[in-house]
Amino acid sequence: MIVVKGLKKSYNGLQVLKGVDLTINKGDVVVLVGPSGCGKSTFLRCLNRLEEPDEGTVLLDGQEVTEKGIDAMRARMGMVFQHFNLFPHLTVKKNITLAPVHLRLMDQKTADAKAMELLERIGLADKADAYPNMLSGGQKQRIAIVRALAMNPEVLLFDEPTSALDPEMVGEVLELMKELARGGMTMVVVTHEMGFAREVANRVIFIDDGVIKVDKPPQEFFSNIENERLKSFLSKVL
Amino acid sequence: MASLAQQYEVWSALMKSGGDVSLWQQTFVKFYQAFLEKNRWLQYIEGVGTTLLVTAIALALGVVLGALVAMVRVAHDQQSPRHRNPLLGFVNFLFKIYVTVIRGTPMMVQLLIMGMVIFASSRNFTMVGALTLGINSGAYVSEIIRGGLMAVDPGQMEAGRSLGLNYLTTMVKIVIPQAIRSVLPALGNEFIILLKDTSLITVIGGKELLYAAQGVMNRTYESMFPLLGTAAIYLCLVLIFTWLQGKLERRMAQSDRR
Repeated sequence: MIVVKGLKKSYNGLQVLKGVDLTINKGDVVVLVGPSGCGKSTFLRCLNRLEEPDEGTVLLDGQEVTEKGIDAMRARMGMVFQHFNLFPHLTVKKNITLAPVHLRLMDQKTADAKAMELLERIGLADKADAYPNMLSGGQKQRIAIVRALAMNPEVLLFDEPTSALDPEMVGEVLELMKELARGGMTMVVVTHEMGFAREVANRVIFIDDGVIKVDKPPQEFFSNIENERLKSFLSKVL
Repeated sequence: MASLAQQYEVWSALMKSGGDVSLWQQTFVKFYQAFLEKNRWLQYIEGVGTTLLVTAIALALGVVLGALVAMVRVAHDQQSPRHRNPLLGFVNFLFKIYVTVIRGTPMMVQLLIMGMVIFASSRNFTMVGALTLGINSGAYVSEIIRGGLMAVDPGQMEAGRSLGLNYLTTMVKIVIPQAIRSVLPALGNEFIILLKDTSLITVIGGKELLYAAQGVMNRTYESMFPLLGTAAIYLCLVLIFTWLQGKLERRMAQSDRR
């Protein structure tokens, strides 16, 4: 469903991605791990061109993701950020309905109903008319996920979704992500939550030095470690 | 009033004849000449009206111009380095020159150039003054607005774009509403500066408050009361607008806490 070929990206002469090839199938839950600065977030952001790759192609259902028509492509790829990036001047409900209504995917009434249904599902229906600064971090992130879901995306990209959360709120966000994975959502997740990778992912990918070093199902990934760098990385995070 | 007028007649006749007048009597006569004789206070009122009108026109022009310049400059700076729009680059270049020239030359010189060179044949000095002030203010306002737009968390733009909204929509629906909040106090200050700077259009013959005061000075050969009166009126106007600005800011702060 997503095919990445020869993806390269440099910042000020420093090459962060040195040619990444990856195929993500429908229903995959792919977790990207690696030491900080290894390029995993950059890779994720290249998928929907929040970062512009220097070289290489990204195909979504066979269609190349380019600058032209990027907005339509992004509408099909939801993204969840480390710092939530909810719109602070809009209510929770408006946060969720703004894009689908503006892009004419739904009328306001349908979008409102959909937003309420999604909020109901995560138990935050009572916050529909609240503003983001009245919510806890965990609530904000779950609403950010719902905002992405409201677009009916084909794939969801998660950029360290729990890294900015207080420890007691990590669980509620991971729980929602697990639920989505079980529901068959295609997900690409950059995270340090090894428990999540082990339990939910069907592929765990280790990126180091700008390339994919290991790409295995979690059982193998965590038990049968051949790569030296991965061994030292896991010894630090586990 | 009638008795004031009579008193004035008596004492001014006494002054003219070289008689012995007290300091109080002199002050009274000058004050009466500056504000009351021949209903001169009406000229000041008229001047204040023009001052406010010029301020309003200049502010409106400045905000429109400033917003346009700021939008173009931010859009130019935010485009990706490999997909530069040449038209945007050109307009950005022109706007940069505009801001540099306006901020780098004295307002008085700009007024004289506009009044005596560019619009030398125009007789509507007040409007030429308002136009000049607006163009001047636009350069400063553009920097204020640009700062406000750049102070919005870049994650907001990314979030909007990642949902499939285009650049302009994200700007209008998400970034600008948040920038306005942070920009309003600085715009209020700009408004107050502009209000006082309208006094400069006197040099090209704009008929605002100071012009009225100078008219009275020429008629009466007395400068103290017309000038002090003008200063007092400006101070009152500024105090009123500062108070209104504070009120607006408190209202904004309240809605921030919602």
